[in-house]
Amino acid sequence: MATATKNKLVQWGPAEVKSALLEKYPPKVGRKRAKQIMINEALQNETPELTANVRTIPGIITMRGCTYAGCKGVIMGPTRDIVNLVHGPIGCSFYAWLTRRNQTDAGPTGENYMNYCFSTDMQEQDIIFGGEKKLAQAIQEAYDLFHPKSIAVFATCPVGLIGDDIHTVSKNMKEKFGDCNVYAFSCEGYKGVSQSAGHHIANNQVFRHLVGQNDEVKPGKYKINLLGEYNIGGDGFEIDRIFKKCGITCISTFSGNSTYDQFASSHTADLNAVMCHRSINYVADMMETKYGIPWVKVNFIGAKATAKSLRKIAEYFGEKELIDTVEKVIAEEMPGVEAALAEITPRTENKTVMMFVGGSRAHHYKELFDELKMKTISAGYEFGHEDDYEGRQVLPNIKLDADSRNIEELEVEPDETRFKPRKSDKEMKALDKAGYKFKQYDGLAADMDKGTLIIDDLNQYEAEKLVELMKPDLFCAGIKEKYSIQKLGVPMKQLHSYDSGGPYAGFLGAVNFYQEIDRLVNSKVWGYMKAPWQKNPQLSGSFAWE
Amino acid sequence: MLLRHTPTEITERTALTINPAKTCQPIGAMYAALGIHGCLPHSHGSQGCCAYHRSALTRHYKEPVSASTSSFTEGASVFGGQANMLQAINNIFTVYNPEVIAIHTTCLSETIGDDLPQIKKKAVAEGKVPEGRYLISASTPSYAGSHVTGFSNMVKAMAGMAEPTGKKNGKVNIIPGWVEPADMEEIKRITGMIGVKTILFPDTSGVLNGPLSGEYKMFPDGGTTVAELKSTGDSKGTLALGEWCSADAARELDKQHKVPCSVLDMPFGLMATDRFIDALRTIAGVSIPDVIVNERGQLVDMISDMHQYLYGKKVALVGDPDQLIAMTEFLVSMDMKPIHIVTGTPGKKFEKRIKELTKEMGREVNVKAKGDMFLLHQWIKNEPVDLIIGNTYCKYIARDEDIPYVRWGFPILDRQGHQYFPTVGYKGGLRLLEKILGVLLDRKDRDDSESKFELVL
Ligand code: SF4
Ligand code: SF4
Repeated sequence: MATATKNKLVQWGPAEVKSALLEKYPPKVGRKRAKQIMINEALQNETPELTANVRTIPGIITMRGCTYAGCKGVIMGPTRDIVNLVHGPIGCSFYAWLTRRNQTDAGPTGENYMNYCFSTDMQEQDIIFGGEKKLAQAIQEAYDLFHPKSIAVFATCPVGLIGDDIHTVSKNMKEKFGDCNVYAFSCEGYKGVSQSAGHHIANNQVFRHLVGQNDEVKPGKYKINLLGEYNIGGDGFEIDRIFKKCGITCISTFSGNSTYDQFASSHTADLNAVMCHRSINYVADMMETKYGIPWVKVNFIGAKATAKSLRKIAEYFGEKELIDTVEKVIAEEMPGVEAALAEITPRTENKTVMMFVGGSRAHHYKELFDELKMKTISAGYEFGHEDDYEGRQVLPNIKLDADSRNIEELEVEPDETRFKPRKSDKEMKALDKAGYKFKQYDGLAADMDKGTLIIDDLNQYEAEKLVELMKPDLFCAGIKEKYSIQKLGVPMKQLHSYDSGGPYAGFLGAVNFYQEIDRLVNSKVWGYMKAPWQKNPQLSGSFAWE
Repeated sequence: MLLRHTPTEITERTALTINPAKTCQPIGAMYAALGIHGCLPHSHGSQGCCAYHRSALTRHYKEPVSASTSSFTEGASVFGGQANMLQAINNIFTVYNPEVIAIHTTCLSETIGDDLPQIKKKAVAEGKVPEGRYLISASTPSYAGSHVTGFSNMVKAMAGMAEPTGKKNGKVNIIPGWVEPADMEEIKRITGMIGVKTILFPDTSGVLNGPLSGEYKMFPDGGTTVAELKSTGDSKGTLALGEWCSADAARELDKQHKVPCSVLDMPFGLMATDRFIDALRTIAGVSIPDVIVNERGQLVDMISDMHQYLYGKKVALVGDPDQLIAMTEFLVSMDMKPIHIVTGTPGKKFEKRIKELTKEMGREVNVKAKGDMFLLHQWIKNEPVDLIIGNTYCKYIARDEDIPYVRWGFPILDRQGHQYFPTVGYKGGLRLLEKILGVLLDRKDRDDSESKFELVL
């Protein structure tokens, strides 16, 4: 396989691959796609611009989902003690029911609605005469049955079209109950060009209706929030384990294994650590403006990345006690990681991988593949924006188009009573002098090798073509892509909701991932695809009986 | 406790559905369309629906499910989706070149009232549909019926492709309904053994249970061909299996082209299979070969051998109407007691039919069409059962209440085999029974005291 890969790469330079991908399209489509496929130059600041976050082309089989999926599925799905009620016909609620492998631990007595699926199951008459009454009644029934502390309402496509005022209905019900926070999300599927719009809509409402609801000071010394971590396959549990060991208190996770109170208290933390830049960077910005909490980009995918992120957090607090504990924890955890790598890397070294996932994940997982000495030969995001590819420095240059303008931007001001800078000017200057970087994200391109292909919004046709031409040893994407890639004889690892595995975050997760990748790229099964008579079809001589 | 908040006390709900026993129309239309050879299903609406339907089908069948979408954004939602659709048709034929594009609507395009027949006409008029390629369409609003309705609507659109030549083809149309690819294969095996020439549509065998061979075919070898679909109008008659899934298409062929039809139950279990085979015999005018009589005898044999473990066992069922009707009859025929039965698909006829089938059971059943699994769970809490049969989501109830459980229906996300091993026909009956006995006896082996634990059962 390794030599086959090499041969292919020699035959096919990135420019040829790019033109092969574009060959079949109608000219207009080809021109549009050409702007979303970039041959990486890996030169600082000279990377040519890549178009991202633009409309999907009708008829081209896309990997993307919709705004509702980003809002209900990604962001609010892992919130355990909130009743997530979908207002719309049944399908939308049904498909987001437990399918993202969010895990939670509510303990024996805690509230947990994650295993339930709530819907107003709109019928024809609701579409014709409006569904507000039904929605109000459904909220009432949910309240009467469960008495939850919070009910969240999600709009699906037809709700937006018929104009149901879900916000007013929610507000009225909230007032009526008095002890249950009810609010709504206008996350109709058609609102944006991808899930990304839904993340934004979700986060805005979380910020508006949940964050800052509880001022009570939580115990713990080094208080942080972890933003953009969704506890897929138990990732959040492993990160929590490490934080506890280090003496770091995680006030809230947005939104893996989260509770209402975590969001409500999140403004009491002293640092925001941002995992998935795409889905949540704006929340970090808003919390900084309103409450004075600075933020840093972290990554807990990959053992080295985890160590680096822990050190970054410790450096921020700057206390010896924490710095020492973090070092001790890293020293304790790394031998296991190194032992696994020593055993596995000889079998993964120089193998090639392609990754097309989400809007940050493809970048995060590159660190794990680097640890396995595997080469990422092509990568891209399903719904990243330009800053996710090229770093936050391009933010001022991003032009807003009609679709992005649809998504509300909150006007945030410092909170009169609760804004407090977490560090003095002097402390900030000292950190800056030491090279400490707040609010920095360099994007995927900076980390990709020269000559690799960065492709935005890859589609099924291009995926197949890429695999055919470049024969990677592993392909990573989502469930929709899994089996067509595997039919080609290339193992496919799902990185949205991880097939069956996980956790892959943190130290134990990294080891888990190394083993999983070893299993995939070295599995015997890929050798069984051809029967003996297909491998050697020539008939020579007759069968020799023993 | 996974469903820890479900109370025993049942209160009436008029607006809130909890844990639905159905999903929306387009996914059914998409599944049906995959049963046409060389067909690309197309979802006319925003791309999220299509992504969800593809994911759900992929997870259930563990096979690639390709489908395109009109990818509506706000503009299309306001001004109508015609431009998106026309662009899509052009892109689809240029890039993927399917023989048929089977378009279905979503609640979005339905609500704005896009007129698919008109858009299709325009596409043809503008030369966007190459020679020998086809567009078919079904209206599948998600706010009516269920995934079963969507399946039925697309099958009806397939029947709409019939082009009678006036010369009979000597074949029988069989519409199998929403069953697994393996079931469609089994139906073909049975009709083949009896010697009835058939056109089976849709036919997902060979499409959604394909081999791993190092090749990827976006359009696998299986599926009902366009030529066959055209020829359905020349057939002797149509056997529609399942009132909810298949009857509309059969009646359409009758109405349009005078192809007589008969609607049977889906051939799950002993009696429904008996009736199916008997119908085939009458149509073909042949006597049934011994192999089939033998297979039947094997099923009866297994029931008699294991009757002591089945007798009187209470069962809760959830699923789609056509499947549930046949399953209820099968269970009752083995002296079991299906006492709680829920489908999410609406239809008063369903409740009536179930009540008839369970009349001889000597007790009331809880049955509800347009019910949900929350209600089913509450019924179970009030009167526990010995067995649950239903889709993957039942595992939460099964674990909480500690009840043996057989996965059957749609979707099954956490087990394999359903796409390869049929549950229709006598052979399928054997498999269903083996599964039922397996979980009941595993339970007995687990719960018996050490002194009662025995080698021979
Ligand atoms: S918007 Fe409608 S068609 Fe789409 S998934 Fe939801 S219910 Fe189904
Ligand atoms: S990692 Fe990707 S899939 Fe996950 S939340 Fe971020 S953008 Fe979404």
